[in-house]
Amino acid sequence: MSFNLKKRRLKMKWKTNDGGWSPYLAGALLGLLAIASVLATTQFLGKTSYLGASTTFVRAAGILEQTIATDHVISNEYFTKTKVRVDWQFMLVVGIVLGSLISSTMDKSFRIESVPPTWKKRFGPSIGKRAFGAFVGGIIAMIGARLASGCPSGHGLSGMMQLSVSSFVALGMFFSVGVLVAHMVYKRRAS
Amino acid sequence: MNSSQWLGLVTGVLFGFLLQKGRVLRFDKQVGAMLLKDMTIFKFMLSAIMVGMVGILLLANFEVITLSHKPMNVGAVLIGGALFGAGWAIMGFCPGTSLGALGEGRWHAVFAIIGMVVGAALYAELYPFFKATILAWKDFGKIGIPETLGISQWIIIPVFWVGTITLFFLFEKKKL
Repeated sequence: MSFNLKKRRLKMKWKTNDGGWSPYLAGALLGLLAIASVLATTQFLGKTSYLGASTTFVRAAGILEQTIATDHVISNEYFTKTKVRVDWQFMLVVGIVLGSLISSTMDKSFRIESVPPTWKKRFGPSIGKRAFGAFVGGIIAMIGARLASGCPSGHGLSGMMQLSVSSFVALGMFFSVGVLVAHMVYKRRAS
Repeated sequence: MNSSQWLGLVTGVLFGFLLQKGRVLRFDKQVGAMLLKDMTIFKFMLSAIMVGMVGILLLANFEVITLSHKPMNVGAVLIGGALFGAGWAIMGFCPGTSLGALGEGRWHAVFAIIGMVVGAALYAELYPFFKATILAWKDFGKIGIPETLGISQWIIIPVFWVGTITLFFLFEKKKL
C-alpha cells in the first residue's frame, strides 16, 4: 500500500495530469537553455544577449509603421534608439511560436480556443469582449514593459538570474498589481 | 537569414517548446497565478532562475560572459511595473507567452499581440514625454544585488535556493 503510494507520487513528479512535463523539470531545462544561450550569443555573436521578448514588439511596430510613414520612424527618437530591424531577439520570438506548435502537436495538446474558461465564466462567450480585453490589456502592458525596460522574460527570467536589483523590484510590481487587478476583474460574480 | 537570426530562431524554438511543455502559456494558468489558485508559472519560472543563476553568475565570475542589468530607474520600474501588472491581468498573457499561446492554438492571443504592437507604437510616440518626466526622476543605474548589499553572490544564491525550495514545499502542500 505505502509502496504503491510512493510509486504514484514519483510518477506524478515528472508528468502532469494534462500530459505536460512537471513545471519544475521544464523550468530547470529552461535554466540550462538560458545558460547555453548566453554562451552561444557571446561566442558566435560577440555580444552577450539574454532571453527577452518585449523589445521585439517595438521593432515590429517600427517595421509596420515604416511601410506607411518611413520618415516618421526615422525621425522618432525611440525607434532610432531601439534600432528597427529583424535581429536575434526578433527571431527568438518567432521561434517561440514554432516551438510551441511543435510541442503541442507532438503531445496532442494543441487546441483551438476562442475564449479561455476563466474569462468565459466572468464575461460570457463573446469573442468581441475577449478581443477588446486582450487588446486594451496589451496596450497597457506593453507601455508598462517599455517603461520598466523588461517583461517577465527579460526581467523575470534573465534579470533575476543575474541578480539585478531592478528585476526583483519589477517582478514584485508585476505580480502584486497583477494579483490586485485580477481579483477586481475576475472575482466579482464568482460562480 | 544571417547567423544571428538563425541562432535566435533555434533558441526560440527550444524556448517555446519548454514553455509549452511546462504548460505555462495558457490564459487560465497566468490568471490562475494572479488569483492565487495555480502556481504553475511560478514553479516553472523559479526553477529556471535557480538553475540559470548558478551558471550565469559563474560564467560572469570568470569573465566568459558579461552581465547586463537593466537600469534601476525608480519611477520607471515602479510605474511601468504596475502598468504591466494591470495589463497582464486583463490580457492574461505576457509578451513572450502570447506568441507561444498562438502556437498551441489559443488564437485569441492575436488580439493581445496586436494590442502590444499598438502599445509599443504609442510608447515610441510618448517617449519624449516619459523621458522628461518619469524617466528623469531617480536612476540608480545598472546595479546588481550583491554589490548593492555588499554581500557575495555565493551567499545570496544559497539563500535564494533555500527560500525558493521552501516556497515549493508550501505550494505542493497547499496543492497550488
